[in-house]
Amino acid sequence: MSGPRTARDVEPLAEAPPEALQRAQARRLLAAWETPRGLRYWSAVNNTEVGVWYTATAFAFFLFAGLLALAMRLQLALPENDLLDADLYNQVFTLHGTVMMFLFAVPIFEALSILLLPQFLGARDLPFPRLSAYGYWSFLIGGVFVCGSLFFGVAPRGGWFMYPPLTTQFDDGVGADIWLLGLSFIEVASIAAAVELIVGVLKTRPPGMRLNLVPLYAWYVLVVAAMILFAFPPLIAGDLLFELERTLDWPFFDATRGGDPLLWQHLFWIFGHPEVYIVFLPSVALVAMIVPTFAQRPIVGYGWIVLAAVGTGFLSFGLWVHHMFTTGLPAISLGLFAAASEAVAIPTGVQIFCFLATLLAGRVVRTASLLFAVGGLATFVIGGLTGVMVALAPFDLQAHDTFFVVGHLHYVLIGGAVFPTIAGIYYYFPLVRRRMLSERLGRVAFWLAFAGFHLTFFPMHFSGLLGMPRRVFTYPAGLGIDLPNLLSTIGAFVLAAGIGLVALDVLRRFRRGPPAPRNPWKAGTLEWLAETVNVPWGVRSIPEIDGRYPLWDQPNLVRDVDEGRFFLPDAEEGKRETIVTSVIDARPIQCLRLPGNSFLPLLAAVFTGGVFILATFHLWWPALISAALAFCFVIAWLWTGTSPTPEKETKDVGLGLRLPLHVSGRDSVGWWATFITMLGDTAAFLSLVFGWFFYWTVHERFPPADARGPGLLWPATGAALLLAAWVLTMAARRCNRRDATAAFHASLCGGAALAVAGSAALLAGPIEAGMDPTAHVHPAIVFVLVIWTVFHVGLGVVMQLYCCARRVAGRLTARLDTDLAVTTLYWHFLALTVVVTVGVIAGFPLASG
Amino acid sequence: MGTRGHRGDGLIRLVLAPSIWATHFLACYAAVAIVCAKVAGRTGTIAGARPWLLGLTAIALAAIGWIGLQGWRAHRHGGGRLPHDEDTPADRRRFLGLATFLLATLSAVAIAYTTLAIVLAGSCR
Repeated sequence: MSGPRTARDVEPLAEAPPEALQRAQARRLLAAWETPRGLRYWSAVNNTEVGVWYTATAFAFFLFAGLLALAMRLQLALPENDLLDADLYNQVFTLHGTVMMFLFAVPIFEALSILLLPQFLGARDLPFPRLSAYGYWSFLIGGVFVCGSLFFGVAPRGGWFMYPPLTTQFDDGVGADIWLLGLSFIEVASIAAAVELIVGVLKTRPPGMRLNLVPLYAWYVLVVAAMILFAFPPLIAGDLLFELERTLDWPFFDATRGGDPLLWQHLFWIFGHPEVYIVFLPSVALVAMIVPTFAQRPIVGYGWIVLAAVGTGFLSFGLWVHHMFTTGLPAISLGLFAAASEAVAIPTGVQIFCFLATLLAGRVVRTASLLFAVGGLATFVIGGLTGVMVALAPFDLQAHDTFFVVGHLHYVLIGGAVFPTIAGIYYYFPLVRRRMLSERLGRVAFWLAFAGFHLTFFPMHFSGLLGMPRRVFTYPAGLGIDLPNLLSTIGAFVLAAGIGLVALDVLRRFRRGPPAPRNPWKAGTLEWLAETVNVPWGVRSIPEIDGRYPLWDQPNLVRDVDEGRFFLPDAEEGKRETIVTSVIDARPIQCLRLPGNSFLPLLAAVFTGGVFILATFHLWWPALISAALAFCFVIAWLWTGTSPTPEKETKDVGLGLRLPLHVSGRDSVGWWATFITMLGDTAAFLSLVFGWFFYWTVHERFPPADARGPGLLWPATGAALLLAAWVLTMAARRCNRRDATAAFHASLCGGAALAVAGSAALLAGPIEAGMDPTAHVHPAIVFVLVIWTVFHVGLGVVMQLYCCARRVAGRLTARLDTDLAVTTLYWHFLALTVVVTVGVIAGFPLASG
Repeated sequence: MGTRGHRGDGLIRLVLAPSIWATHFLACYAAVAIVCAKVAGRTGTIAGARPWLLGLTAIALAAIGWIGLQGWRAHRHGGGRLPHDEDTPADRRRFLGLATFLLATLSAVAIAYTTLAIVLAGSCR
């Protein structure tokens, strides 16, 4: 393996390179990173383009969902109003919540992170730019599909959490399917972005940026991306069960056939509560970057903020049942979750105190950006306090499903996420578009939005306490809720005026306006190295970092970076490159070649989207063809874009440092990405296993006494064959290292054959036993676990054969073996899946008699 | 060689204490859910399981205490002073020590909250 090759504390070149050389370097960098023009513009994968598209699209969905909110407020302005009928109102509130959560709140984090993270880290781009592009296109297609359904009157109408049995037994339309399939598709894109961001923070920091010097935003990104990785998979598992019930009538949530609607609530809220923090933490991360700049001093309590970020990330997974306090769970269970819900207030409060301390200790510069940040925090604190109230089960029993909760959650989400994000837009607009937004308009917008917000949502606490339930399309006069509702509606329009001003200003200055000076806020963090003209390469040369605020701490840093006195000032070979460093101390370990622009991610996303969209309307054959096309484009993308064979072993990256162009195994970014993806995949699988044990607890006997099971013979045979395939895959890696080509191919092909046989044996279990998945939930959950495993085995076989093909084509050698390392890693996880599946479906019933 | 020895070790130590909280929390939740569903019934209490859960709490707190102590020692190592922002492996180690210590403290408090529920409430209704 490759070790670190750098001495500590590299100094920049003492003398600037000659001007002619600097110009030639800049020309070559530009040639490598240039943004394509014309129609080919849409093949761009660079974070500077994809990040802007992503942000703009998420913001457009935000405005759309905002208009839906105004429609709701108009309907509720007066008692017995008939502007919207009940059905349309149901669609509008469902879509409002869904779009805000899935198409704005989470994607805006991914968008801003893809856009800004490389700048924070002085990197040229994130390690998998094509994956970002794929994620963006998936998001756009899925989002337009879900939103578009409203204009055909078929939008989902079961509320943003889609509780069965309402949505499984009493909703015939395609709305619920649009919700399930459209959002599953977007969730996959979110997980892709999470993988990209985790690897980005861990592996593409600039040399010298040790863990104690990382910008706080990157800490938050790491925490939030890890949360996405464990929070979204349970929902994907839930979506799978839900769609199987709606399409094939497998009774996972049907109590008459052994199912239980509460399982959906568990799976949804195991996702849904961390989701609140997934939305909140990135916005606090923006505040953590903004506050030190406008206080003109380093953050107070850096270590405490890291504690808060990591601590909140963990505790937020112990809160989900507080959304289910009224479902009749045992009092002791409610107690446990109420306790954790109160505990999470501690780390949440810590970071707010750190910001206040920083502002008190510094000399504050007042700007529109800071106004939005501080106003957001103040609002969030109020939402946090009502949160402490509803976290108490007895109070929640009164307030549950009333407008009190609506008021509470909007204080948390608008105060905690929307206002800080707008603060971020004011703060980073000069970085992204090289123009300033208007301070004056910004202040007016803030006061309109702030006053409008409180006028809208504060009265909701009262209408809620007076008994107004959520999600009713109208109410009778004279209950004492007429005035609060009218005030809320007036407030909503004032709030909308504020947001509208921001949107207008952004549009006005997007393409024209006075140029912004460099580092207009005199900030200390690395992203403000950005030059005044838009250049696609990120940083001119990648600096060595000595402190948390390099622009304040390191004299001449801007000059040295601009003159190319640091690392990678050139692109001699005309390739896109960035530096990969070690996790803890950020020592350079590789010069990573990044893939360039391509239409493949776009095409792959179009046909992946096709699968989900066509399946919604039960067009199975077209969906299958779309799946085949998506598969072909993904393979083409992998084949041409990943693990390129470098033309030389190492490369001089400047300042006397030579780095390898290829590393394999645990040093490669591909290995990390696979490992992280498989953690998420395992989380989804374990959610299905949780389903099995959930049914076990709610039934007297599970499997039921008279149930036919898959027996022991077939599952055990399947497990034996699949584990043998796993062993052969590991053997193939050894053969490859020894360059024993024939043995390599024999092991992998043999492994593939055993895997196919093993899958057949696994499937034979429930089929031979004549289990009927529509009859009862037991056969249904057995089938789901088996199909999940067999599907993953199928992917494993594709990976084995892919490696064989790569070896034949000379793209996989004894040394360049990342593809094989990744395949082996995948099979480790697969072996675990096989063992657990067989243990649950065959072993557990045997052991429990 | 070089990176292999401590690749990610510091990060793993950092999340160890909250992971213990998560394990303890899940164990308590699973235990009370199973006791209520399978043993005590919906009118019963978790009294029988309580000593076991308190024992588990003691083990978890002891482990977290040990991790927190290690973190505190790393934080104080060599007389380093806050804010631990020097560009040296020693200060990076102190910073990770401080964060580990703080997370251990938070995890201990959160476990105490969980245990309060176990001690004060016990009904399966």
